Amino acid sequence: MVNRMETVIKPKKTFSLKDIKEIWQYKELLYFFTWRDLKVRYKQTAIGALWAIFQPFMAMVVFSVFFGELARIPSDGVPYPIFVYTGLLFWQFFSSSLSAVSGSLISNQAIVTKVYFPRLILPLAVITTDLVDFCVASVVLVGLMFYYGFLPHLIGIIIIPLLLVITFFAALGGGLFLASINVKYRDVRYILPYFLQMLLFVTPVIYPSSIAGKYAWILAINPMTGVIKAARATILGTEPVNWLLLTLSFVAVFILLAIGVVMFKKMERYFADII
Amino acid sequence: MERPIIEVSNIGKKYNITHQRGRYVALRDVLANAFKNPFKFAKHKAKQIVGFETKEEFWALRNINLEIKKGDIVGIIGHNGAGKSTLLKILTGITPPTEGEIILRGSVASLLEVGTGFHPELTGRENIFLNGAILGMTKEEIIRKFDEIVAFAGVEKFLDTPVKHYSSGMYVRLAFSVAAHMEPDILLIDEVLAVGDAEFQKKCLGKMEEVTKKEGRTILFVSHNLVAIQRLCNTTILLENGNVKEIGETKDVINAYLKSRSGAQSGQIRSEERHNTGNIKIIDIKIADTEGLSLINSDSKLRIKIKYSSDFKEIIPDVRVLISITSERSQNMVLRLDSHGTSKTLGEHIASRGEIVCETGVINLVEGKYSIETAFYLQDTSRGYVKAMSQFDVITNIDKYDYRLPPDKNVCDHIVKYLFKQDI
Repeated sequence: MVNRMETVIKPKKTFSLKDIKEIWQYKELLYFFTWRDLKVRYKQTAIGALWAIFQPFMAMVVFSVFFGELARIPSDGVPYPIFVYTGLLFWQFFSSSLSAVSGSLISNQAIVTKVYFPRLILPLAVITTDLVDFCVASVVLVGLMFYYGFLPHLIGIIIIPLLLVITFFAALGGGLFLASINVKYRDVRYILPYFLQMLLFVTPVIYPSSIAGKYAWILAINPMTGVIKAARATILGTEPVNWLLLTLSFVAVFILLAIGVVMFKKMERYFADII
Repeated sequence: MERPIIEVSNIGKKYNITHQRGRYVALRDVLANAFKNPFKFAKHKAKQIVGFETKEEFWALRNINLEIKKGDIVGIIGHNGAGKSTLLKILTGITPPTEGEIILRGSVASLLEVGTGFHPELTGRENIFLNGAILGMTKEEIIRKFDEIVAFAGVEKFLDTPVKHYSSGMYVRLAFSVAAHMEPDILLIDEVLAVGDAEFQKKCLGKMEEVTKKEGRTILFVSHNLVAIQRLCNTTILLENGNVKEIGETKDVINAYLKSRSGAQSGQIRSEERHNTGNIKIIDIKIADTEGLSLINSDSKLRIKIKYSSDFKEIIPDVRVLISITSERSQNMVLRLDSHGTSKTLGEHIASRGEIVCETGVINLVEGKYSIETAFYLQDTSRGYVKAMSQFDVITNIDKYDYRLPPDKNVCDHIVKYLFKQDI
């Protein structure tokens, strides 16, 4: 990292544009952290990266049997397995990223206390790792679409990156917020799994949001609702895309992200001292 | 004149002790407190916000001003808790200062611990890349230096083995090797030479010398290893209680440091024991090598000076002086210096007040702390004695030793020379 310029070290202030520039400078480190996490995750497993498929796949099978077949939860007219898998795919990406981000500083404390780099690299790296998992797991979705004979709408292919961006920032924003608290109050990691489980049931993953009837707007507060609904709308053609809802999700996510980043930057200066 | 490469002005770092104590505060407890005692909690919070709360503040560093020129190799020494590591952490940016400003004109890399970010599951090859990236090297840089790094560490055969299967020596060698091949303008090093076997330490020192002297790099080097500091650094900073106490030529600063330390530890009389002799008093014990340096190496010859006084009129008759040196680690006596045991018969009648100088041969002691007991035995019928205990450190100069010194043998009856001087 040979940069000829001057570095000035001063008492830290909160977020500035320079931080983004700095992250760009360290993009190679971001790559190496992601690469490390992927390598390590599947290094000692027998089926390796297939785990990324196995988890949502098994969840889909279980949900299809109990909620689809036995409980007969409606699925907006599409076969339940593909309906729930679309939801699970995004949900898994969101929930695993959220918990990984919130623990990213603690689990790397040996590095955080010994070397300087923009701390935001760590959360970004863990989400990127989960994004790779998402891509692997979407293979199953493609298989299911073949099996059930669904053709994706053109708009679906265009809109998926956008949905991923929303999910990415939702997990980042919430995760940063939790990560900042986690450094000081270590009980976050005990509450979080419980909280995520609750959140799963207030997000239309295993049921369509139409089931809530006139209370559907309550679900809309949750940004993941907009994402999952839009994903189903475009990939499975269940309904037209609700642009208003999507825009709302977008705005909500950016507010969340802003709060998360500010909290994170505020705590950043103490990380090395109290971790 | 060229501007200094590192400019430190008025740096201070404050820690709140209350803050420190709450290492792992549980949110649960905070909430429980708030509910149990809402009034007190509110009062406390209000105080915190207004700033009336009496927090215990601790300045780890205060008013640090330094200018370091390009190409300087600067050592930083000081007692534990003097602020050495905090200063380095601020310089690397790991923790921001509370006040002041630092300007660094050039790229910075730090070596606070070898093997930072090594992952046990990854192979040696993978860890070189990961660790290199964490330390701030670019991918091309690592690829360019890869063979050199591997050769220096000597792990060619195990490149594709996960490092968890490495011996600790191999692990450290690989870690240091990656770090040693960085090419920053400013390199900050904290106590990394305290690892590995003697041979590897020697190699590291050599490598560091090569890196620094050839390429005109600026280095800040924190260490307790005074020998390494003396060898590598041209300027040294002595920190004490968060302030710069001394800055200048390495030799002078080290001497000042040892002096400040000897006040506290080395050579100070720690305990005294007497029996039947109320009138002889050991005033002072000074331990140095025969050249007068208070930095004692494994191959130094000791010169021990004992100052004493007594109530005797002119001479103290029939005295035997016995100095015994014991390793604090093994609790074995390693040297026994007896005024009666030397080849020459010594004057057993010594002046009533004066100094006794005892010189030894090469001590051949391993690095560590030693306690020294000096005793005067009265050989007359009273059988009285007076003993004083003190302590000193021995440092192994890894330059001169190709091997680890054997564990201390019981080297009794060393060749010694006793000199008895009268106080004027």
